[in-house]
Amino acid sequence: MDRSELIAQIPGLRRYARVLTGDAWAADDLVQDTLERACSKWRLWTAGSNLRAWLFTLMHNQFANQVRSSARQPNTGRLVDMEDVNDELIAIDTGLDMALDLHRCLMRLPQDQRAALLLVSLEDMSYEEVAKITGVPVGTVMSRLSRARARLRELMEGNPNRAAALRTVGSKPVLHRLP
Amino acid sequence: MTSLNVPMDPLRTPNSVPESELHALLDGRLSPPECAALETRLANDAVATATLSAWRAQREALRKLHRPLLSEPLPPTLLAAAQRAARSHQQFDQWRRWGGMAASVALAFGVGWLAHGQWHGQSMSQWPKESAQVLAKARGTSQEFARQAAVAHVVYVPEVRHPVEVTAAQQEHLVQWLSKRLGKPLKVPNLSAQGFELVGGRLLPGDAGARAQFMFQNAGGERVTLYLGALNGDTSAAANRETVFSFSTDGPIHDFYWVDQGFGYALAGKLPREGLMQLAQAVYQQLQP
Repeated sequence: MDRSELIAQIPGLRRYARVLTGDAWAADDLVQDTLERACSKWRLWTAGSNLRAWLFTLMHNQFANQVRSSARQPNTGRLVDMEDVNDELIAIDTGLDMALDLHRCLMRLPQDQRAALLLVSLEDMSYEEVAKITGVPVGTVMSRLSRARARLRELMEGNPNRAAALRTVGSKPVLHRLP
Repeated sequence: MTSLNVPMDPLRTPNSVPESELHALLDGRLSPPECAALETRLANDAVATATLSAWRAQREALRKLHRPLLSEPLPPTLLAAAQRAARSHQQFDQWRRWGGMAASVALAFGVGWLAHGQWHGQSMSQWPKESAQVLAKARGTSQEFARQAAVAHVVYVPEVRHPVEVTAAQQEHLVQWLSKRLGKPLKVPNLSAQGFELVGGRLLPGDAGARAQFMFQNAGGERVTLYLGALNGDTSAAANRETVFSFSTDGPIHDFYWVDQGFGYALAGKLPREGLMQLAQAVYQQLQP
């Protein structure tokens, strides 16, 4: 493994981190942390084996740690009112709006689902590879992927049907509005 | 209360294409005949077709999202981090090779297995030809050097009153004196991070002149010695170019040794191999010019 092999992996890691964290600075910090982590973990990598998958695994663990520690602080893990989302999601016309919108919707997905969706759609990884990287069975990857796609579609389409259905269920609102 | 939390799609029928097949198609997991068969079934399933096209659009949008990032020049901080990671891998690799060789050299000792070319891990023939020759040439002299280091270790380590000639209290004098006698500026590695403190050092006779021995001791009274000096015999340019790491074992005494530019180093002790290797790694790194 030489320097150029490692450097060749960085753009992909950056892009994945960018969508995973939703923030350019946080993304590059995550990539940096991943590379630093690699320094002390080389004994766990078999030379000649898949460098990319290994780096993505390191990054995944690093990110999971960050999420865990930030989950201990309050005001994270946002709940979303579907009607509010609808208001935000109407009138998608320009490409920029579309990108912003997709970004916003992605960030509404639970972290696990987002990771599965990105590794498959963005990085073209096999379900088995994703299972290895995220440390869960293939079945779990499949269900996360499935939920991520369905949820993203709902969010992107503003899902008026579902919102209407929710409005008619019982007398109490099913989702709670946050202050 | 109700099952409406997970609403069933009233348009789905038992004949609908299952979602899992849609994922497989979208993610390119199907063979061309499987794709064709699925496309045919999709023609009769409007719901699945709509789902698939929504997912497909999603996938395209996702792939477009940060595409410019892939061709953007990398920030210097990340390049520097990659550089560090690559260097640490190189170092690790070198040490692993050393560890791998250790088993083979240990086997080779005493029983003459070396004659059979019994090397674990990579066989000699896979190595670059030149370094194999260098190794073969240097082997004889450096093995003798390692044997002498082990003897010096066994002789002086049990000493209670006179383990060294000059103690660590006079470290500066010790280094000056031994540097002068060995004709090379010496450094004493600092092993306190590994729990070993310098006891002192002594001058010893070698094949090609003076040799030096530094002794270290940990809180448990365990001692290791670093034996160093010029190697006699092969000091040709080829042999000197490469640092060759080896490991030998003589009863309970383990010995890591290497030759760098015609100068030999051997670290001997009763420690388990892993521990001794860590110490040797610290020594090697600190003595690098």
